[in-house]
Amino acid sequence: MFKVKTSIISDSWIMFKRCLLISLRNPEALLVATIVPFLLMFLFGTVFGKIANVENLNYIDFIVPGIILQSIGQSSQYSAMNVASDMTKGINDRFRSMSISKTAILFGHAGAGVVRNTVSTIMIIGTAFLLGFRPKGSFADWIVVVGLLIFVNIAISLLAVMCGLLSKTVEGSSGLMLPLFILPFISSGFVPVDSMNHGMKWFAEIQPMTPIIDSFRALTLDLPLNNSLWIAFAWCLGITIAAYIFSIQIYKRRIS
Amino acid sequence: MAKQTISISVSGLRKSYKNKEVLKDVNFTVPSGTIYALLGSNGAGKTTIVKILSTLLKPDGGKISINDFDVVYQEELVRRCISLTGQFTAVDEVLTGRENLNLIGQLIRLPDVKRKTEGWLSFFDLQDAAAQRVSTYSGGMRRRLDIAMSLMVQPQVLFLDEPTTGLDPQNRIIMWELVKNLAKQGTTVLLTTQYLEEAEYLADNVAILHNGEILIEGTPQYLKEIIPGRGAQLNFQTEKQAENAMELLTKEGISVESIEPNLPSLEDVFLTLIKENKEAI
Repeated sequence: MFKVKTSIISDSWIMFKRCLLISLRNPEALLVATIVPFLLMFLFGTVFGKIANVENLNYIDFIVPGIILQSIGQSSQYSAMNVASDMTKGINDRFRSMSISKTAILFGHAGAGVVRNTVSTIMIIGTAFLLGFRPKGSFADWIVVVGLLIFVNIAISLLAVMCGLLSKTVEGSSGLMLPLFILPFISSGFVPVDSMNHGMKWFAEIQPMTPIIDSFRALTLDLPLNNSLWIAFAWCLGITIAAYIFSIQIYKRRIS
Repeated sequence: MAKQTISISVSGLRKSYKNKEVLKDVNFTVPSGTIYALLGSNGAGKTTIVKILSTLLKPDGGKISINDFDVVYQEELVRRCISLTGQFTAVDEVLTGRENLNLIGQLIRLPDVKRKTEGWLSFFDLQDAAAQRVSTYSGGMRRRLDIAMSLMVQPQVLFLDEPTTGLDPQNRIIMWELVKNLAKQGTTVLLTTQYLEEAEYLADNVAILHNGEILIEGTPQYLKEIIPGRGAQLNFQTEKQAENAMELLTKEGISVESIEPNLPSLEDVFLTLIKENKEAI
């Protein structure tokens, strides 16, 4: 009545603020998503750090990128859960019967997810310093690292929205996100890929976590970069596009 | 009298879930500014009708329009003139009451959102709880907030799916007055209910829905007249008077079937006590 037509940008912005507010009401979620990777980093760094001498690097320096990806995966669980919760509650019926952009709610959740993941990433990098993380990258390297992390963040947040739409229950959606916590273990995140057995090595080399981790490590520790950065960006772009298209399709099917 | 405009027009509405036919050929119209009640037991198809009219569900067949906009082909235009209060409260539990209302106001770009939010909060007696999360609200408070959110939109057509389910008698009466006032100001209201007295008190027209079909439709008065009368009732101030009257009537040869004291209903007791308590404060 007051609005002439729906605007996806401003509707998404309002939804984004709502989703952010929901995250702020549940700070425990963010804390859990940061504490679990932190504890892993602490355990691995202190307990195994002395014996694990990987490629002549400090073990903490070696595992930071894998831990960061795990924390992004963990905190993205909450995006999936929030989406699933919205889908099962009456509030979505209200939104649907109003003259607002249909997909705004998905963008709102994805955006809030990116903000949440960024906070947990900063917290992980901060605590990594306390545990002895000593990066050597230049300022330019760090700019590339931040760009890569933001891109990874967007891809995983959209993936989380998709998982939230796919599952019928809130509990189920967090289960769908579990692979994101496991995948860094089967990558170059904690041990060099060369030390794995044949099948594992094959999987670790083709999955997206490895090029992302290798790029981060090369840029922050001043190691040769090879072409892993381009592969990492390509993966992020592919996941972002696929998750975006699938999310919108699944959402439209679920609400019709 | 000027020709009344039609707000809701439903003809030949059909809907099936899988093989189960939920609605078979439903037809009715609702003139603007009137209250229409769909009366029926659980599973009669009331909620399905409301969902279709509010664009949440697609019909299998039939022509349905709201303010002359087709619910299937012009859903965006329909959404601009309606508001829905579903059977399950459509509120965000994590947000506070005030944030819920502000959210709705922002989404429809309502001018002066803050003032309107405060207005509805005080109207529904929710100011004290406005800064609390909705998850701490009682069932009645949620329901009131839910309806406030629907009214925030200032709809031309309002759908209320069992609006008073879960409300205490006091709040039910407040709700009834509100619905009557809305209709007086020109809002068209379609409500579903299981309570006969609610339909009787509120509605200009009532339809009785059973197994996906409208059995009968008309004013509450009309519906009452079509069933053969069940005798007449005389009321007296005291039982003594009634006994005297009975004696007189029997003398005249008019048989009296029974004599019963007029006990207050539990609702009367409840409301009287609440009122006395309020006055005492």
